[in-house]
Amino acid sequence: MYSEKVMEHFTNPRNVGELPDADGIGTEGNPVCGDVMKIFIKVKDNIITDAKFKTFGCGAAIAVSSMVTEMVKGKTLDEALKISKEAVANELGGLPPQKMHCSNLGADALHKAIEDYRQRQGK
Amino acid sequence: MEKIYLDHVATNPMHPEVLEAMMPFLKEDFGNPLSLYPSGAKAKEAIEEARGSVASLINAKPNEIIFTASGAESNNFALRGIALALQNKGKHIIVSKVEHHSILNSARFLEKAGFAVTYLPVDKSGLVDPESVQKAITKETVLLSIIHASPEVGTVEPVAEIAKIAKKNKILFHTDAVASAGNIPVDVRELGIDALSLTAHQFYGPKGAGALYLKEGTRIVPLIYGGIQEGGRRAGTENVPAIAGMGKAAELAKRDMGKRSDYVKPLRDKLISSVLSKITNVYLTGHPEQRLPGHASFVVEYIEGEAMLLLLSAKGIYVASGSACSSKALKASPVLLSLGIPSHLAQGSVVFTLGEGTKEQEIDFLIETFPQIISRLREISPYSKGWEGTEGETCTVKK
Repeated sequence: MYSEKVMEHFTNPRNVGELPDADGIGTEGNPVCGDVMKIFIKVKDNIITDAKFKTFGCGAAIAVSSMVTEMVKGKTLDEALKISKEAVANELGGLPPQKMHCSNLGADALHKAIEDYRQRQGK
Repeated sequence: MEKIYLDHVATNPMHPEVLEAMMPFLKEDFGNPLSLYPSGAKAKEAIEEARGSVASLINAKPNEIIFTASGAESNNFALRGIALALQNKGKHIIVSKVEHHSILNSARFLEKAGFAVTYLPVDKSGLVDPESVQKAITKETVLLSIIHASPEVGTVEPVAEIAKIAKKNKILFHTDAVASAGNIPVDVRELGIDALSLTAHQFYGPKGAGALYLKEGTRIVPLIYGGIQEGGRRAGTENVPAIAGMGKAAELAKRDMGKRSDYVKPLRDKLISSVLSKITNVYLTGHPEQRLPGHASFVVEYIEGEAMLLLLSAKGIYVASGSACSSKALKASPVLLSLGIPSHLAQGSVVFTLGEGTKEQEIDFLIETFPQIISRLREISPYSKGWEGTEGETCTVKK
């Protein structure tokens, strides 16, 4: 049911872990539903230099987290904010339709992390 | 890579003797059982022989067996057919919260048709309290349906005790024995049951073959109208090969049941005790003793079931889960929730079911592999140090 790319990212996820000195953290989802993503970003000169994740969820949720953290590295904050759920799913060679909403939370978690970073800067 | 099949509650491979018993009816003896020439007569004879074997498996009379196409059909037939036949006597039925969807959705159909339905709760091991059955009975109650054994948590319900209550109150009692019949002893006379559903693929028979036991003299409204097949209660040209296969499977199950369960029980116990001792924050679901012989079901904290299934599958181990993500409906198993397991924990459901082909070294391989898979997923999980944000949460994600 999953594309090869989803399975590849699920079985060998990139960027698993936390960034203890993260500049922004974003969490999306709810364990009651079955999927939660927590994304940590490091930002320098408006560019995301590093990203890591911790995810509770199904194969799709883990693959999405892995992919979104890969996609975002080296991007400016504005570019990163333009990464959509669809873009992440496309990079993974598509997701089963029923997984598009509940497991495809990577972009939302990323956007929240950027928001968190900007709020911290505003202080 | 060796394939390790530990999902016998989903379905089973056919016993070679079953396939052999089916073959003539897939080939030369293709006649319609209603036809009067020899190939028809042969098919008819095969059906009646199978009827005898299925009856004998559950200590029923042959004329009390109606062949159907599945356990789900038998459940629909029993619940809807009996309730509708008795609606002039009363319009209340009782089921438990841990029934199969084919019972629960039939009950919902009956609600729409004007019946009142009581859904009985279960305790944390999945047991229905017979006293709660007594309390739920009203003057209007005509039918009670309680599952014999849960495919999801393995718990075997006290059906004999519940049947006594039904009898005392002059209510018909149906049990869904799809997961139990052919695997543990089921004696409809001793248990005092009026109707019982079973299906062949749960005991090494073919798919597409089920049966409803209906005690002599019990009224039922057909689901399928048509010809005179199955005494006019279930029309349609019979699936002769499948029925012949079911008969053979029933015969083998009756003969080998004790041997089969004596074989899988110690393997199951080894699996349960190893999982519970080797892995932290893992819990057995269902009843610790009153459970199906090959059934080991757990919830694993901080990780999700589908992810476990995929990693086990990558190692050649095939199992099931009741998590939301692994279901097509994307809902956590209502059965797990009925046992009082919180939604976030139900996501970590994993169900291993052993069969007569399961080898001890397969269980050993699983015991070695499973903890590695769990720790790998827990490394990825944000909850590896404990749950947070689960109190009072409800799932609001758009599906």
